Amino acid sequence: MRRRDLLQIAALTVPAMVAGRAFATSRTKTRLLVIFLRGAYDGASLLVPIASGDYYAARPTIAIAKPDPADPNSALPLDAHWGLHPALRESILPIWQARQVAFVPFAGTDDLSRSHFETQDSIERGQATRGPSRDYASGFMGRLAGVLSGDGVTPIAFTQQVPLIFQGRQPVPNIAIAGVGRPGLDPRQSDLISRMYEGTPLGPTVSEGFAVDDQVYKAVGAEMTASGRGAISAKGFELSGRRVGRLMRDQFDLAFLDVGGWDTHVGQGNAQGYLSQRLAELGRGLAGFQEEIGPAAWADTVVVVISEFGRTFRENGDKGSDHGHGSVYWVMGGAVRGGRIAGDHGPVTTAQLNQNRDYPVLVDYRDMMGGLFRRLYGLDDARLQTIFPGASPRDLGLV
Amino acid sequence: MARARHRPTRRLASLAASAIAVAGGALAAPIEDRAPTPAQIALVDRITWGVTPAEAAAIANMGEGPWLQRQLHPADGGDHLPPAAQAQIGVMPYLQVSMVDLVRDAQLQQAAANQMTDPALKAAAKQVYSKAMDDAARQAAAREILRDLYSPDQLREQMTWFWFNHFNVQMYKANIRLMVGDYEDRALRPHALGKFRDLLEATLRHPAMLRYLDNADNAAGHINENYAREIMELHTLGLGSGYTQGDVQELARILTGVGIDAKPDEPKLPPQLRGQLIREGLFEFDPARHDYGDKVFLGHQIRGRGFAEVEEALDILSRNPATAGHVSRELAIYFVADDPPAPLVERMTSTYLHTDGDIAKVLETMFRSPAFKASLGDKFKDPLHYVVSSVRLAWAGRVVADPGPVLNFAGRMGEGLYAHETPDGYSMTAASWNGPGQMETRFEIARQLGAGGAGLFKPQTPGAAEPPVVPDIRASAQAVGLVAAQPPATQAVLVQASSPKDWNTLFLASPAFMRR
Repeated sequence: MRRRDLLQIAALTVPAMVAGRAFATSRTKTRLLVIFLRGAYDGASLLVPIASGDYYAARPTIAIAKPDPADPNSALPLDAHWGLHPALRESILPIWQARQVAFVPFAGTDDLSRSHFETQDSIERGQATRGPSRDYASGFMGRLAGVLSGDGVTPIAFTQQVPLIFQGRQPVPNIAIAGVGRPGLDPRQSDLISRMYEGTPLGPTVSEGFAVDDQVYKAVGAEMTASGRGAISAKGFELSGRRVGRLMRDQFDLAFLDVGGWDTHVGQGNAQGYLSQRLAELGRGLAGFQEEIGPAAWADTVVVVISEFGRTFRENGDKGSDHGHGSVYWVMGGAVRGGRIAGDHGPVTTAQLNQNRDYPVLVDYRDMMGGLFRRLYGLDDARLQTIFPGASPRDLGLV
Repeated sequence: MARARHRPTRRLASLAASAIAVAGGALAAPIEDRAPTPAQIALVDRITWGVTPAEAAAIANMGEGPWLQRQLHPADGGDHLPPAAQAQIGVMPYLQVSMVDLVRDAQLQQAAANQMTDPALKAAAKQVYSKAMDDAARQAAAREILRDLYSPDQLREQMTWFWFNHFNVQMYKANIRLMVGDYEDRALRPHALGKFRDLLEATLRHPAMLRYLDNADNAAGHINENYAREIMELHTLGLGSGYTQGDVQELARILTGVGIDAKPDEPKLPPQLRGQLIREGLFEFDPARHDYGDKVFLGHQIRGRGFAEVEEALDILSRNPATAGHVSRELAIYFVADDPPAPLVERMTSTYLHTDGDIAKVLETMFRSPAFKASLGDKFKDPLHYVVSSVRLAWAGRVVADPGPVLNFAGRMGEGLYAHETPDGYSMTAASWNGPGQMETRFEIARQLGAGGAGLFKPQTPGAAEPPVVPDIRASAQAVGLVAAQPPATQAVLVQASSPKDWNTLFLASPAFMRR
């Protein structure tokens, strides 16, 4: 993807302002979706270090077997050093083969608390972990939305609550994507309620909410009709992924989604079992997203999958893994330079571990995202510093 | 900034009288025709799950001081619910069985299912087992909602929720659905206004916690740090209070062998360890799984000697000033403001340290502070407060037939009972609950409650229809001065209501009703 010539695109697009930002048409065609895997997923089971003897020695029961065409439970070879979890054979492997997904191993943060909550929060805030002052109620996607507000971006969080990552000076709408239904209030009631909130701090939030509810219901209504005929039977995260694809095709271009259930301390399984089911569902959701957003929009879409940290390199006493450090991020989309392992990486050996325990972090998430945002949106240093204060954006050639 | 509230009308006394008839043992004093002040109503609204005419009458008659003392020091551990609520709890089958029996029966069921060879039968048996777990948790949650709605000991009920959230467990892990009712009822509620040290140990000895944070799997040579970390980060000291990864590892070693054993028979132990075994219900300290080496924890030398190490560690943690400060701040966030003033938290911390962690005393310090009084009416309700306070006000004189819709609404707003996945519990600050999507959900709930019972009064017999139950929220709200206190924009909208249902919806959706 090249940097957008914003002026040229702006000239071609008439912003359709109806009732606030939610109806605006963005002047940038770029669509960005960030997916947060809450609970610290085991990156070493997703992107398997198939050439590492230490990996197989450290994980007697939870390793994914080396690629073997005769064994459906073995890793899918990506290159000489890395394999993909076999649960992603139908969903993500085709995207890899189309060279539209890159993996960034050893990615993460310098926060070493190994606390889910602190690290999720610090990543969502996107501020330096050590610094003179922190703004606890400001997230990096919120600041990105602020920086791009002149370009008419349409941000949304597909979550039950507005996540920290999207908090900031202006309200960003949220909608629980798993439970969209017909609005129960009639337009007169919506109007009266909006009037009670006029001039109060929640005024903009409330009118935004009514507008978005309406839009989302209209967009997802088509799917509901279809499902009545048995056309779509997706559920769980796959259904969410498909809905998000539908909405990002037409209405929203800067979005966040999260999915939990990755904290596999006990019995995580290997090619089969708990984690493999989670990964399979995630893969189906992402493939469903790609299908629903359609080829035209996919060409301008970037999906980034992140998690707060990785897990211990060694299996624990309960056939699971404990809190680690470096994770594996995914970057996918029609214009992504994929089919490769991006960022700094080397052989996976015990000697390379952080604190003799877990993957090191060689790619800081702020630097990586900063570099990506620069390419996607043509942002200058000053604006990147607004989004990631004190970071050193790095171009990993992802787009 | 507390909003001005007008004095309620004299209609209060008659409304209150009918409500009190339902509230049963809530009030012994005769009702005098004395109207509560706006400050008293605001106080009740904050300390209870939502103001009702009856509770407003109670504070007016008793006076603030005695009313507060009764909330801080309930006479006994009984529920004292109105008969119609008590009767519902009395027929919930899973609440009549001990947790030990529930868990053992379920294990037998599960084992039997696993041995079935016919896949269809096996699937059906597993479904039965899974439904039993769902039902057990659902009944515990229903009991909790009935207590929130109708218990006269409202502060204890609020604190029970608060402590559940502080020592959070999530029901969908393993078989915790069979344990949450007991956890809430026997580990948390009895200590909700007692000593923090007792509460901490009660949670540590409960299988719900030991399963949720994996300490049941923590054994010498197979260390699992999960619980050790969260005790310090979330339950006691708080993050950034100076403990290290080394302290986490040492506490994990201290906690080895603290676990669960559902088997009726004692484990086989070598003679020299038998005296060290502790069993109480499902809780077990298994000395064969304990690391008897010496430890250094938070600078203290801890001699390896069994469960006494755990007691020593809990003493160290519960008396630490960081714990006093952390717990005080959490309480102040829940009861005062999203970012409570530091001097208030300092005074509460000081009370905690002088009273050896007496929770009622810490609360009293907070309730008597100017910062607390100044904050009344300003705290954004979290979802459960929103829906419970709506139902309390709407049907103050009538016990619901099914608390299920309250649970469903709380879940829809993202704050289901026992449903928070991670151990940090639900957020208690406005920013987590007042996004556009969340406000829309509240308005929809306002509509469903305002237009009728939303299923709350549907008799729990199959096929029975719900009787007409449009609430008269205007009467209740007027009685406690909540209508006259509305800002002009809300007043201007309320007069445009096209029907009583419409008025109810708009009132429950109004900005002031979002706060307590």
